[in-house]
Amino acid sequence: MKEELFVSGRNIPNIDPYLNIWHWQIPLYLFLGGLAAGILFFAGYFVVRGKEKEMQTTVKWAPILAPIALILGLFALFLDLKHKLYFWQLYTTIRLESPMGWGAWTLMIITPLSFVWVASYMKELVPGWHWKFDFLEKFEAWVIKNRVGLAWIMMIYAIILGVYTGILLSAFNARPLWNTSILGPLFLVSGFSTGLATIIWMSKDANERKVLSRIDLVFIFIELFLIIHLFMGFLAGSQTAIEAANLFLGGEFTVSFWVFVVLIGLILPAVFETIEIWGIHVPKWLPPAMILFGGFMFRFIMVEAGQITRYLY
Amino acid sequence: MRYAMAIDTKKCVGCGDCVVACQTENNVPHGYCRDWIVESVDGTYPSLSLEFRSERCNHCDNSPCVRCCPTGASHIEEGGIVTVTHHKCIGCGACIQSCPYDARYSHPEGYVDKCTFCLHRVQKGQSPACVDVCPTRCLHFGDLDDPNSDVSLAIKDRKWKTLAPEAGTDPQLYFLT
Repeated sequence: MKEELFVSGRNIPNIDPYLNIWHWQIPLYLFLGGLAAGILFFAGYFVVRGKEKEMQTTVKWAPILAPIALILGLFALFLDLKHKLYFWQLYTTIRLESPMGWGAWTLMIITPLSFVWVASYMKELVPGWHWKFDFLEKFEAWVIKNRVGLAWIMMIYAIILGVYTGILLSAFNARPLWNTSILGPLFLVSGFSTGLATIIWMSKDANERKVLSRIDLVFIFIELFLIIHLFMGFLAGSQTAIEAANLFLGGEFTVSFWVFVVLIGLILPAVFETIEIWGIHVPKWLPPAMILFGGFMFRFIMVEAGQITRYLY
Repeated sequence: MRYAMAIDTKKCVGCGDCVVACQTENNVPHGYCRDWIVESVDGTYPSLSLEFRSERCNHCDNSPCVRCCPTGASHIEEGGIVTVTHHKCIGCGACIQSCPYDARYSHPEGYVDKCTFCLHRVQKGQSPACVDVCPTRCLHFGDLDDPNSDVSLAIKDRKWKTLAPEAGTDPQLYFLT
């Protein structure tokens, strides 16, 4: 038996008794980032595939949410900073070793890209729209001409953004729950799934919803598969990893994780999307709302639980 | 040059003088501390063993906090001392997450703060405040590259351990056991 006491009376705010330095802002940002990545990826994907006509919501309407989500996410990140007035130094430094540095620069590229994408469809979204300045008209014409190229760049950056939301956490060796390379793909897949759910929710075209639901089902199954692997990896790992897994296997996050994230966020929407494809009526909003709820809870729980896990010495 | 510290767990009585000296020397805000004492009890009664450890930043050779800092505020000074440039720190908290020793904290003014091995004193040829004040002389500071430094002599003939070496950080606090 081992008992440890801090006799100096160490009780530093947000550090003791366990770390709690990141609050709701970081999981909210991870959620919005993944959501935007999903929306932008599929907008790009269906343009590259030449399916603009069939997938109107995916390509034209849903991307309006992407810049909004990214700006809100950036604002949440800003709120998380404790030395706020110095935030600009993120953009006067390039630190290749810092995941957060990579994320800041990725956002700096994909946010304007998402604005350009939405702007290039403004005339179709708002009948009678015209740009005030001539150079904007010229720029729009250039973008529309090169839309497939833009779609490719956007898809690549959407993948980087989606993976990054996981790597931000997985790069921390000191927090065993996060320190697994599977977190990158897991957050990517989960983000894409929430993006798809949003588009499904918005779409009024039954055929489009059917196509998207099928893709979403694949993503849900990949996500379940990755979650199983996550826990297999932990349980085959060191004591710190086993203790991290135990938070979800009998520990304090057991119910919230398996009920909110896995059951409500993954399994039930997968069942509903399947029976919907079979032709049984399911309220249109239900599966997407569950996926979005599960996606948000997943990030919230991972950030909260990860900070509790630590090295033992 | 490689600054390091040796802590004699057999001599330490856990008085907390090092903690108070540091708070005074470095104007550490009330309720915070850059060094602290862990009293570790091992075993089952009546066969118990007790260890006192005066802990602080390990000034790791492979420091995750320096690697993850997005602005370069966390950096390595002369002799491997890890410090934070306050006006470069944005308070994102990444370095706090990255530290296996929880040696960093968010200063009420926003930036991240931590033990500096009293760099300002070391540059003047003095020892860190905690070392100077220790009544049992259980703290030893100096340059590991110099075989005659206080710290080199302290770890020369004694068994020692570092904390969580499996974290791969190459910590530079040597606990004499």
